[in-house]
Amino acid sequence: MRRLLSHPSLVIGLVATVIFLVIGLLSLVWTPYPIEQIDIGRRYLGPSAAHWLGTDNLGRDLASLLMSGTWTSFLVAAVAVAIGVGLGVPLGLAAVAWGGAVEWLVLRLTDFVFAFPAVIVAILITALIGPGAINAIVAIGIFNIPVFARVARGGALSIATLDFVAAGRLAGLGRAMIAWRHLLPNIMSLIIVQGTIQTSLGILAEAGLSYIGLGTQPPATSLGLMLRDAQGVFLIHPWLTLVPGLAIVLIVIALNIAGDGLRDAIDPRLRQGNPNVLA
Amino acid sequence: MILFALRRLFGFAVTLLVAAIVIFWLLDLLPGDPAQFMLGINATPEAVARLRGQMGLDAPAHERFIGWILGMLQGDFGTSYTQRAPVAELIGGRLGVTLPLAVFAMVISMAVGLPLGILAARRRGKALDTIIMVTAQTGVAIPNFWFGMLLTLLFAVTLRWLPPGGFTPWNEDSGAALRGLVLPSLALALPQASILARVMRTALVDVTGQDYIRTARAKGLTMGEAVWRHGVRNALLPVLTILGLQFAYLVAGTIIVENVFYLPGLGRLIFTAISERDLILVRGATIILVVTVTATMLLTDIAYALVDPRLRERSTM
Repeated sequence: MRRLLSHPSLVIGLVATVIFLVIGLLSLVWTPYPIEQIDIGRRYLGPSAAHWLGTDNLGRDLASLLMSGTWTSFLVAAVAVAIGVGLGVPLGLAAVAWGGAVEWLVLRLTDFVFAFPAVIVAILITALIGPGAINAIVAIGIFNIPVFARVARGGALSIATLDFVAAGRLAGLGRAMIAWRHLLPNIMSLIIVQGTIQTSLGILAEAGLSYIGLGTQPPATSLGLMLRDAQGVFLIHPWLTLVPGLAIVLIVIALNIAGDGLRDAIDPRLRQGNPNVLA
Repeated sequence: MILFALRRLFGFAVTLLVAAIVIFWLLDLLPGDPAQFMLGINATPEAVARLRGQMGLDAPAHERFIGWILGMLQGDFGTSYTQRAPVAELIGGRLGVTLPLAVFAMVISMAVGLPLGILAARRRGKALDTIIMVTAQTGVAIPNFWFGMLLTLLFAVTLRWLPPGGFTPWNEDSGAALRGLVLPSLALALPQASILARVMRTALVDVTGQDYIRTARAKGLTMGEAVWRHGVRNALLPVLTILGLQFAYLVAGTIIVENVFYLPGLGRLIFTAISERDLILVRGATIILVVTVTATMLLTDIAYALVDPRLRERSTM
């Protein structure tokens, strides 16, 4: 634990992420104003003591929307990444460890899922069951699976040709054990870096899907839905676009800094930091 | 190598076939009868039944599926009954916006991202590395469509250099068409360039720690030569993976970004088609997207094998 905390970027990123998470969580029990409270007479107000971030085109409190939207965005992205790692990494490792028919099958499977970008999956689901936050989770989650499978396989392929893997096999380890003991630890850094990219992409993808009307639906809100609401007036009232957009940027930056810090903290090769090689 | 390419080509065909089956099956589940839709709610059941017969909708699913596949192989994607035009023609017109947009964005992101990533890795820990990575860190975090809005505010509204949206067809005024795609492709490229820079740097830093770099140094190469001749080539493996993925993001991204700039791309065609229950059009447009993405993955895999000869021979671990 102390070792982890000695990485400043990890601490900064984690603290910032936690702050946003707490803000999001808080929206579950308290927001300054109810987010459904429409008050046309008080629309387009600037920031003030009563409305910290002003009000939107329907007179809703922007700070309240932001809190609630932050929670939705986090939730969607986190569940989608869990789907991707949980199914994708085992597939990628199995492809390298078993090779042959298994690898062929995994590759075809990833190719196949890849052939359906999240937007397309979301479109198809929306056409079938109508729009909603679940669509975004499923669509982004499905797209995450082959991403992690490919990255796990790509990383493990170059590890599998190294001597210590052959040594492990000579020592009598089964394929699953080799994948678990030798391949997985050595691709952890790749998975973590990809995990941060996918979490940020998840939040960004949720924003994109909600922005084109396929994700979160009113009266609930998400950062992307706020941008959709602001779209019509963004040339006149850019503030309504700037606030949720900046929130997305800050959250994603916080997550990525935390992920980078984690990578430096976990990867043994980088921790030893062989300076001669890089001199 | 040829055997490897042939095997991948076979996989490509199988992927497409399964994708076609899934699309066909999913869209078959969609509620709504096209014949009913065309004739309106006041149509008699007999008229609807007759039209269903004419459109071939009452044939068994597998016959309709085979007919669809055979038609597509001959370039016939069917006829859209809401737009009363051949689907191939409709899609072709939209691809004139979507594909150039995705390709421009890809070229911009590679031209910016890869050199910056290599530069950052070579100057690891120095000020330049920090500057590049902080910039990339920010770039990764910016939603492309939001960046598009900001670009519009700056270049179209404030500076008035470029149009805020809309699209002039290529055959009318290709200069205007190009200008219309500048802001959208920049918006699409920024996050991808940032991701590319990060991945390139990570990969290069990883391989820089490998023994063969030390060996290359020991035989007298400078660090720069060793990294350029041995490091970059090896670092390209993970980068290639990402490049393949990126094209998929870009094609999907155009659907969102075209919304900001009011571009008549494939996305809007699909949205309209879905809301109007134009299944033939939705089917054609989705399969085209699927073919585009799958073909990219095929090329990525072949490029993979070209970069790393070890991968060609290996069949098992």
